[in-house]
Amino acid sequence: MNNLLNSYFVKTHKLEISITIIAVVLFLIYFLGAPHVFTRFPIYRAFMQSMPFFGIIAISATFVVTLGEIDLSFPSIVGITSLIFGIIMTSTDGNFFIAFILATSLGMFAGLVNGLLVTKIGIPSIVATIGTLFFWRGLVNVISQGSGIAIVDVADGTWHHMIFVEKLFGKIPMQFIWFIVLTGLMQWVYRYHKFGNHIHFVGDNKASAQMMGINVDNVKIIAFVQLGFFSALAGIFTMYEMLYFWPTQGEGLMLTTLAAVFVGGTSVFGGKGTIFGTFIGVLIIGSLESGIVALGLSGFYVKFINGLMITVAVTVYALIQRRKN
Amino acid sequence: MAEELLKLQNIYKNFGNVKVLKDVNIKINKGEVVALIGDNGAGKSTLIKVITGVHSPNSGKVFFKEEEVQIKSVAQSRKMGIEAVYQERALCDQQELYRNIFAGREITNSFGFLDIKKQRKEAEKILRDYIGFTSKAITVDSQVMGLSGGEKQGVAFGRSLYFNSDLIVLDEPTMGLSIQETEKVLNFVKGLKNENKSAIFIDHNIIHVYGAADRFIILDRGEVVGEFNKEDISREELVQKMIQLHESGKIKVED
Repeated sequence: MNNLLNSYFVKTHKLEISITIIAVVLFLIYFLGAPHVFTRFPIYRAFMQSMPFFGIIAISATFVVTLGEIDLSFPSIVGITSLIFGIIMTSTDGNFFIAFILATSLGMFAGLVNGLLVTKIGIPSIVATIGTLFFWRGLVNVISQGSGIAIVDVADGTWHHMIFVEKLFGKIPMQFIWFIVLTGLMQWVYRYHKFGNHIHFVGDNKASAQMMGINVDNVKIIAFVQLGFFSALAGIFTMYEMLYFWPTQGEGLMLTTLAAVFVGGTSVFGGKGTIFGTFIGVLIIGSLESGIVALGLSGFYVKFINGLMITVAVTVYALIQRRKN
Repeated sequence: MAEELLKLQNIYKNFGNVKVLKDVNIKINKGEVVALIGDNGAGKSTLIKVITGVHSPNSGKVFFKEEEVQIKSVAQSRKMGIEAVYQERALCDQQELYRNIFAGREITNSFGFLDIKKQRKEAEKILRDYIGFTSKAITVDSQVMGLSGGEKQGVAFGRSLYFNSDLIVLDEPTMGLSIQETEKVLNFVKGLKNENKSAIFIDHNIIHVYGAADRFIILDRGEVVGEFNKEDISREELVQKMIQLHESGKIKVED
């Protein structure tokens, strides 16, 4: 046992192991407290259906948080890109490629704006992205004039609808498969690609990274751009699931998404993080609402327990960090 | 006749109206360790940053290996074979050693994915051969924050040796180190000569400088006011010169 605890893997994966244990305990509580719900498949199908929408963004946002930066504007990027996707789909009679390319390009453009404001103008990211949060949502309201767009006629029953959100073998929602694949891919980039490596160094110590020849500004800009892309992608997934655009689309995402990143163990101070942790964070945050209700507590407890989880988790991580120093 | 590695000719550098470097001429030969000494504000750091490509001079010429060059960025100076070792800022604390050693010039495949195996292997070699780490507590997977100041300097040195640079620029390499660690760092500097590499370093402590350097260049308010070979000046005399400079603002140079 002692050997196991001192092993290289355990030592280097303390965060991942802690977060996994927390998730297992949580699901055990669900399981024991509400066996009638959690021994049956539908609850898991519901999780697999709903988690990817914010999960994809959380994975992508982990890069930005590891930089020691934050992006608060992604809920509005989801809004504006979904609107564009809806407009183009309906006006081209369902031309998926054009709609997809334009919506994701707009997402990347919005990310580029954030990145330029932070690096070239020098506005702290928390302030810059509050600005763009309002800007893009405002633009959604101006363009949509407050009304929604139905894409059911041009999207339902198409091959793109099938690969985005229909059920594999009639059971597993496709968006969950995509979420797993993207998580794996992003984990790989995060740990083993030059870009992921640079993200860690810039988040750790900007001045040192610069002296080691890393282009700090470019790394930051790319991080914001990829978050813009994945926000657009998450919006498109949501559109296919709902077959409808509504002007407030994306608004509820901010807290759950960032909570998943922080509960997952990515350092608020930058330089350290884990994609796997964020993934588990998504499972935890995404299951709380149904879990709490299934346990027989009233829905009023959801935010309360959510808040408790986040506060306790970030406190524990900060303490681990401090002990190390 | 020693072979010339770096020559700065009539270098001027202004920051706004402030003339930080005024007509600086220096030369560094191959296999030579040059110490740059002078009070705060003498222009030592600026001069070093001109060499490493952080700042461009307003006028003057830079020759490297007897060719005129314009050093425009850190990346370019590195490529030419100039490596800077900055105190403290040289490494990122929370990242593993093997990642630190290759930061900014990772070993990757053509898709940009890291060759972790190779990086770890090469890092292992650097720890063992160039730095001489024997402690089992420090491995290529160690985070930098567990290392002492001297060990961090050692890693930064090892890195510069590995990348086969011709000129190593050291900014206050012994600042904040214990006596023992200082000794280690100075040994590294001396070791450079055996590899026929050159170094230029800034240090406030004349005693350190004296032991490790072949030549001393004294800067004062942006100008070179004295230059001495080690065999021409004793440690005491050098200290006297500095005190003299401090008190009178001038240095007496005997012809």
